[in-house]
Amino acid sequence: MSRFGCNCGRHQSQGEHDVEAHAVEEALLRATVRRELLSLIGRSAALAALASVFPLSAAKEAFAQSAKPEKTRLKVGFIPITCATPIIMAQPMGFYARHGLDVEVVKTAGWAVIRDKTLNKEYDAAHMLSPMPLAITLGVGANAVPYTMPAVENINGQAITLAVKHKDKRDPKSWKGFKFAVPFDYSMHNYLLRYYVAEHGLDPDRDIQIRAVPPPEMVANLRADNIDGFLAPDPVNQRAVYDGVGFIHVLSKEIWDGHPCCAFAASKEFVTTMPNTYQALLKAIIDATAYARKVENRKEIAAAIAPANYLNQPVTVVEQVLTGTFADGLGNVRKVPDRIDFDPFPWHSFAVWILTQMKRWGQLKGDVDYQKVAREVFLATDASRLMAEVGLTPPKSTYKSFSVMGRAFDPMKPKEYVDSFSIKRA
Amino acid sequence: MRQGLLAAVISALLMALGVGVWHLATLPKGGAAGGDSEYAKLVGAQKSAFPTPADVGQKLAGHLRDPFYDRGPNDKGIGVQLAYSIGRVLLGFGLAGALAVPLGFLIGMSPVVYRALDPFIQVLKPISPLAWMPLALFTLKDSNVSAVFVIFVCSIWPMLINTAFGVASVRRDWLNVARTLEVSPLRKAFAVVLPAAAPTIMTGMRISIGIAWLVIVAAEMLVGGTGIGYFVWNEWNNLSIANILSGILAIGLVGMLLDFLFARLQKAVTYVE
Repeated sequence: MSRFGCNCGRHQSQGEHDVEAHAVEEALLRATVRRELLSLIGRSAALAALASVFPLSAAKEAFAQSAKPEKTRLKVGFIPITCATPIIMAQPMGFYARHGLDVEVVKTAGWAVIRDKTLNKEYDAAHMLSPMPLAITLGVGANAVPYTMPAVENINGQAITLAVKHKDKRDPKSWKGFKFAVPFDYSMHNYLLRYYVAEHGLDPDRDIQIRAVPPPEMVANLRADNIDGFLAPDPVNQRAVYDGVGFIHVLSKEIWDGHPCCAFAASKEFVTTMPNTYQALLKAIIDATAYARKVENRKEIAAAIAPANYLNQPVTVVEQVLTGTFADGLGNVRKVPDRIDFDPFPWHSFAVWILTQMKRWGQLKGDVDYQKVAREVFLATDASRLMAEVGLTPPKSTYKSFSVMGRAFDPMKPKEYVDSFSIKRA
Repeated sequence: MRQGLLAAVISALLMALGVGVWHLATLPKGGAAGGDSEYAKLVGAQKSAFPTPADVGQKLAGHLRDPFYDRGPNDKGIGVQLAYSIGRVLLGFGLAGALAVPLGFLIGMSPVVYRALDPFIQVLKPISPLAWMPLALFTLKDSNVSAVFVIFVCSIWPMLINTAFGVASVRRDWLNVARTLEVSPLRKAFAVVLPAAAPTIMTGMRISIGIAWLVIVAAEMLVGGTGIGYFVWNEWNNLSIANILSGILAIGLVGMLLDFLFARLQKAVTYVE
């Protein structure tokens, strides 16, 4: 990023200049070109067509003079888990301030509450589970409100933790009748746990019980013997080990290496009515994500987010999660540096996979245009542009194939993928 | 007087006995497993076991030394949190009173209105106020307003029913005297019925404020943000039993204070026939 201003000389950096220029383009495109047309002919073609009839560069110039964020005091909700690391750390470590925003990060009691508070506009944007913006947009488990997910927060970083008394039941086939907790029905945790037990031949609806419990309450429930285990975000897993009530059975990384988990989400209304604020906020978060990605910064981050105002956890617990050198609850010290990692890019293939699982477990009825929903909710264009600006390398395509527990997933064939499972509700 | 002294001594002894048993039961068990020192450093040694009275006392002293600090939106002192909770309770309670007392008057004065409204009251009364929370969040679209609404809903019934009962059971002689003196209806309501029913109304208010204080803690645990309920939830999150106990103690003391206040008011309006 250049430190010596931009082409027009009115901004501190070329990056800021570009953000504004893009906002103008975006606004014009929205105002003049129908979405269907846009997706048909593509962004650059539409812009070129527009420029032939409209003085686009002049509009950008005019806009540049007043491109301050429409609103600088924002409220962003979060759940106290390490998945939210970039959203949280951006406050004490000054990433929001650097991008001209005064953000209050507000701790929230659970996913249903964070959803309602965001829909009610008490929060401008929020930390959500990556399936939630998809579910909200489709109106599954909530009123349909067009929602967007401009960035993924973290990849990996979850685990299946079992109560200490199940030390000898490491084979999932022996889990019949177990009671498991996941953070929310529309969570990667729910889908990964269902996937994991189903691959081992258990039907997640009939052979085990899965209930939604807010992450902060999971360890207390495990201790009270209300549940046998959970697939939970950290620091919950590590906290269970720290308190001697559970052990880490398997890291989510070992189920699907590189899976997305939590996300930064905002309503489409926020993105369109306050484009400058949205751009600044997203950039601050991507900037923080880039910082969190570097292994050498992790200890500093752990110390910044552990206090009562944020995660309210012992520093060593957060540190074990972020550095990947941790006690597993069985007497071993494991070293898994990518136990949790941070990568903001909202792959459309992630969205398609999540939708296939919603379909598989009957949360989603009827036909779905997988690619269309993915494109509308996961805002890959903005993320890749801002990623480049903060020094990350955005991928060229928004689709990639991957495999989950050895089973290949082709994002272009979602229907066939759903049909290929023997245990399903669809 | 001697009885009072004796009671105080017994109270103090019970307290000492309770704390003593608690202390003995939570003494740290010696000889923690040594083993792999690298591993031992990563797990908490007995740290979240049940705290001793001294631990709780220490935490409590810490909270009381600086009850009004503000370290960001999610970390405020116990005094600030209590103030938020009391504010919500008084607001919800005040609104409920403003509706329940006039409505209770109406119901108490008119048997027809009483009969018409009775089925609704009977169905709505037993609903746990917290069950309204999701509905309130959905329709009122604000978590603070929802919390106040929940307090409103839970404190309205005792006041309504007690007011109606108090008004309905004003002695007929007094009403007859008012009638023979040809007192205007408004004057009758304020000069005869209100003072006569005041003790019963105050009883309703006292019950209401108690329930409201019970409910606010649960409501704040549900929506979070601020308040003593959030404080307890946040410390539950951190599995810090000592802090939770401090919170519980504070809740108890404030509840007692509120009850005491209303008991005083009740005494002030009580009359001897």
